[in-house]
Parts: sequence; C-alpha cells; structure tokens
Amino acid sequence: MATQTKERVALTGNEAAALAMKQINPDVCAAYPITPQTEIMQIFSSYVADGLVDTELVTVESEHSAMSASIGAAAAGARAMTATSSQGLALMWEMLYIAAGLRLPIVMPMVNRALSAPINIHCDHSDSMGCRDSGWIQINSENAQEVYDNLIQAIRIAEHPDIQLPAMVTFDGFIISHGMEIVDTLNDDDVKAFIGPYKPAYSLLDVDHPITVGAIDFTDYYFEHRRAVAEPMFHAHKVIEAVAAEFEQKFGRKYGLFEAYKMDDAEVAIVVLGSTAGTAKVVVDELREQGIKAGLVKIRVFRPFPYRQLADTLSGVRAVAVMDRSDGLSGFGGPVFGEVRSALYDAKQRPIVVDYVYGLGGRDITLEHISSVYQDLLTIQKTGEVPTQLVKYLGVRE
Amino acid sequence: MANLKELAKKGHALAPGHRACAGCTFPVILRQVLAAADTPVVCCAATGCMEVTTTIFPYTAWKTPFIHSAFENAGATISGVESAYKSLKRQGKLDREIKFIAFGGDGGTYDIGLQSLSGAMERGHNILYVCYNNEAYMNTGIQRSSATPLGADTTTSPAGKAKPGKAQQRKDLTEIMAAHHIPYVAQAAPSHWNDLITKVQKALTVDGPAFINVLMPCRLGWAFQPQYAMQIARDAVNCCYWPLYEVEDGKYKITYKPREKQPLVEFLKKETKFKHLFRPGNEHLIEQLQAEIDRRWEELLKKAGDC
Repeated sequence: MATQTKERVALTGNEAAALAMKQINPDVCAAYPITPQTEIMQIFSSYVADGLVDTELVTVESEHSAMSASIGAAAAGARAMTATSSQGLALMWEMLYIAAGLRLPIVMPMVNRALSAPINIHCDHSDSMGCRDSGWIQINSENAQEVYDNLIQAIRIAEHPDIQLPAMVTFDGFIISHGMEIVDTLNDDDVKAFIGPYKPAYSLLDVDHPITVGAIDFTDYYFEHRRAVAEPMFHAHKVIEAVAAEFEQKFGRKYGLFEAYKMDDAEVAIVVLGSTAGTAKVVVDELREQGIKAGLVKIRVFRPFPYRQLADTLSGVRAVAVMDRSDGLSGFGGPVFGEVRSALYDAKQRPIVVDYVYGLGGRDITLEHISSVYQDLLTIQKTGEVPTQLVKYLGVRE
Repeated sequence: MANLKELAKKGHALAPGHRACAGCTFPVILRQVLAAADTPVVCCAATGCMEVTTTIFPYTAWKTPFIHSAFENAGATISGVESAYKSLKRQGKLDREIKFIAFGGDGGTYDIGLQSLSGAMERGHNILYVCYNNEAYMNTGIQRSSATPLGADTTTSPAGKAKPGKAQQRKDLTEIMAAHHIPYVAQAAPSHWNDLITKVQKALTVDGPAFINVLMPCRLGWAFQPQYAMQIARDAVNCCYWPLYEVEDGKYKITYKPREKQPLVEFLKKETKFKHLFRPGNEHLIEQLQAEIDRRWEELLKKAGDC
C-alpha cells in the first residue's frame, strides 16, 4: 500500500533538491556556489546552521575540491553529497572519473547550464552530456517532483552492492531550478527507511584494517580495473527498475528508464530529455486530437543508456526526431542523436532518425518549434526518404 | 623531544619493498613523521614520487589507511576524510581517536595544489599537511617548480648557452602558510630527525590545521651520490638555505641555529644541478643566491626576536 504523502507544497526545483538532501541527511556535504545551483547549497547550509541535519558541511574553495572532498569522505565510509552546474561540473571533470574509478557512490544534483564560451547562465545540457562517459549514472528530471523523487532513488541505486557508482540527478537550470511547481513530499522517516543506512564495504577510518585507496596500476592491472567499472553499467537497469518499483509500491509514483508517451501506435515520435518533455507532450496531445499518430519518448536514465529498450519502443515508428539540448560539435549532431541512432541500428523496423539541436544557452523552445519538428517528421513519413540535412538547428538565427 | 630507543620499538609504518630510488629521502621523512604519531593515522598523498613508488598494485607499502586521488587536491581529499571522521564521531558511529596527515611534493603543494591546500588550512580541519620538498617536479623528470632555487639546472630551466638555469628565486611557502594564521607551521629537515619528530608531535596535538615544510634532497634531481643525502640536508640547514623554525600560534622560534653560518657554496658545490654556477661568468648568480639567503635569514631572525 502506498504511504501517505506528507505534504503537497509549492517548491522550486532547487528547493525540492535541497529538501531531498535534508531528508537523505548525508554525513558529509561539500558546498560551492554556482548559478543556477547556488540556492541548493544555501538552503542546505541553513539546515546545517539550524541543526536539522547531521551533516558535516565542507565549504570548499572550488568545485574541484568539492568533488575531491566528497571522494575523501566517501572513501572514509561517509554518505557524501555535493551539487553543481556547468563550469563547476567542468572543473570537477578529472575528479568525476576518479569518483567512478574508485567506486564511490556519491550522489549529486546537477543543474543543467550552458558551458562557456560565451559565458551564459541559462539552461542547456552541454555540461552533463560532456561527462557522459565518466562512469556516473545519469538520471534526468522533467520537473521538481522528479528532481525530488530521483534524488531519493539515486541514493539506493548508487549504493547498491551491485552498482557502487556515483550518480548525478540532472534538471534544467532556471526552467526547473527556479520554476515553482506542486511537489508531493514524503515524511522524513519514510525517506530514511527507504534509503536505509549506508554500509560501505571498506572505510579508511577502519584503522584496524588498513586499506590503500587510489593505488597506481600499470599495464598489468589498469584494464581489469576499468573493465570492472564498466560492468555495473551493463546491469544497472535492473537495479534502477527494482528501486523504481519499490518506490512506486511505497509512494505511488511510477518511474522507468524512460517514459513512452502515446507510443503504442505512434508513427512519428520525438526523443527528448528534461523539461522540454512537458512542452512536447502538449504538442503530442494536439496532434492526437487531429488524428495524427504522434508519440514521445522522454529519457530518464541516460547512463547507462537503455539502448535495447529504446530500440524496442521506437522500432516500427516511421520517423524519429532526437532533440539535443547540447551540440556535439562533431559534424554529426548532438550526443543523444548519436546514441539513439546507434541503438536503432538493430531495430526490427528501423525508423528514419534526424536530429534537432535546440535551446542552447536557455533559448526558449515553444509549442510552435516542437510542432514544426513533427511537421518535418510527417513529411519524412510521407516521402520515406532520409533528408539530406540530418542535423538541424532549431530556433537559431542563421 | 623524541627518544630514539622508544621510537625504534615502534617498528616501521612504511613496509620495505617500495620502489623509491636508492638514496631517496622521502621514505626517511615518512618514517620519521609516522614514528611521531601515538594515535592511529590516516594518510593521504598527492600524485607524485611518494604515491607512485609505494602503491604499485597489487602491493602497498602503507601500513596505515591511505588515499590518493589526484595531483592538486591532497588538501581537499584529506579535508573530506577528516570531515567524515568528524561527522561519524559526532553521530556516535565511531569512537576512535584518529589523526590525519596529507603528504605532497613541492609540485603538488607549492604549485598545482596551493589552492586546495589554502582552502583546507583556512577551513580549520584537524589535519597535518607535510610537504616533502625536493624543489622541482622530480616524478615527471626534474622540471622546475616555484620551489626551485635561482640558477638550478632543471629540464624546463636547463643551464644552456644563453640562460644559466632557473631565472627566479624560490617562493616561500612556509611563510604563506604562516600567513594563514593556523595553529602550527614549521620547517624541518630529515638530517635533524629529533627536531622533525618533535615538530610532528606538536603538529598532531594542536587543535586545527598544521603545516610542515620538509626539505627533501633528491639524489636524482639534485644529482648527488645516494650516500650524501643527509649530509646535503645538513649543509642546507647550516648555510641557512633551509632554516629550521616553527610558528606556534603566531610566535616564531628558530629551533636550530647553526653555530657558525656556513657559506652557501658548501651546499651548492655538492650538487650537479648547480655545477654550471661555478663556471666563469656565473659568479653573480651565486652572489644573488647568497644575498637572498642572507636577506631571508635576517628577516627570520627579526621575526623570532633573535637579533
């Protein structure tokens, strides 16, 4: 039976993240400000100041140190969290790989913001997409409710004995981080019971059983250790789905690897991440009213990438548009495009797949933009021809 | 004061079999530091000679818990470890008394890790940071650092036909750490083991951060025969090239004053990295080095109220 919601409240995405962190009550939290994440750490600092959490707050001097301190804390057997955005994540880059390589289940809200240059504080996904191969589990959120729910689930996923990898919960800067929405929150005790106590297999503080963390590997062991880091990504989907099932059973809200919206008989579909999914669903509903078989896939878990499940869902769709809120600067579109297109190579009925790079630096994405994408897909469906221009830029002056 | 007999009974905290060079002084420094601790310690090291030669998987020379994460962040990494300790202890999940020591070479401390170190010191973690200062990037093959002295021949400040080695004087990191107004800052050398161990003992008892800068003669980078490491460290102290002193709650104290200050050439002539300074036409460099040593020594005497 589902547990009662504690309270239905109006929260911004940042407030929802901070509340989840308060209820998670990490042993150590490293804090450093960056727009649009700053508010999370401000709110969390006030929880610390008011004695509402047991957390040791480490007010570091950079994001590089935020992740380094989190790594030290996690290796010492603490449940460790931090949060960042954009340039902050870029500065952490080196340490992201090390957190994963050392198998430390650090969990971090990551508020999506464009990368410089030019400097820009608004939303796109360049930051988290840039570290997609760092060994972090990446869970995307469409709205404040998902931010809250995903963070709580991320603790269970990251710390699972079969996973032992760090996880970031991403959400769109300003659009979600600063937009106020209705959020159903849970009781502190229910969250505490759901995540359970952290029981690390090893700790630096177990001085009677000393361990060496971060040893050097030469050609004889490095590959085996990196292979071991790759392994949990092959079966993490099972754990992620099991945690989601338990979450749904206890709290009544359903989560999967991705959301298939009106996909059962869809002939044209878009694949999207984050807040744009909400806008796009409105367009799908309008098209459906016109009798057009439009659908949408919203990817929740980008790492590990649910390629098989996506291929099953998108197989048979005639034309698919991938919406990339970051550019790969590869001459071949954005990162989501490359991955979705690759996933579809083995599909029984392979759709034509095109890419739309949109919304860079917080550029608005409107219903009209999304409608125009579906119109393009309908044209592709009609002609059955792969367009010569596979990658388009949506909403830019050129 | 440390008692050699008592220390000898403690055994080695660093296992033999590590792959430091013959005549390397960091294992000596490390053993002296760890011998000073009476409570269990957790150690951390920046990427560098110490870390790469002691942790070659599947082996480790460390008998204490040890973490290395990257090059520029020993200060932040040990901050995280110490914060976990504080948190778990406060929550009643741990009741042991544990001390925390980070090690970094001069590259990882003076240069790339300075920001991380400064942050850790300013935040007041209960940690000791030991810089094993061999005055250049030795692990990557003897490149100049901000700890490298004027005129030294390194692979990125080579003594060539147009330029006679490093063009700049050394940065004074010990003073930068003293300017953080932390409870304990000191300079030490492994040749003066009792002085070094006593300083570590003090550093581990203060409430808050401590920093000790230890001169580490490097037989490879400074280019001397392995048996001379301790003699060279002693020369550095006796020339006042590396004064032994401490700053305890802001109060300066010179802990070893040479009976007679030796001329710097005694120190310089034993190392191949300074060989070119003795060629005709380079006399002015030795003079500049000596003048700077004299100036800094006078400054220190004033701070310690010894003049």
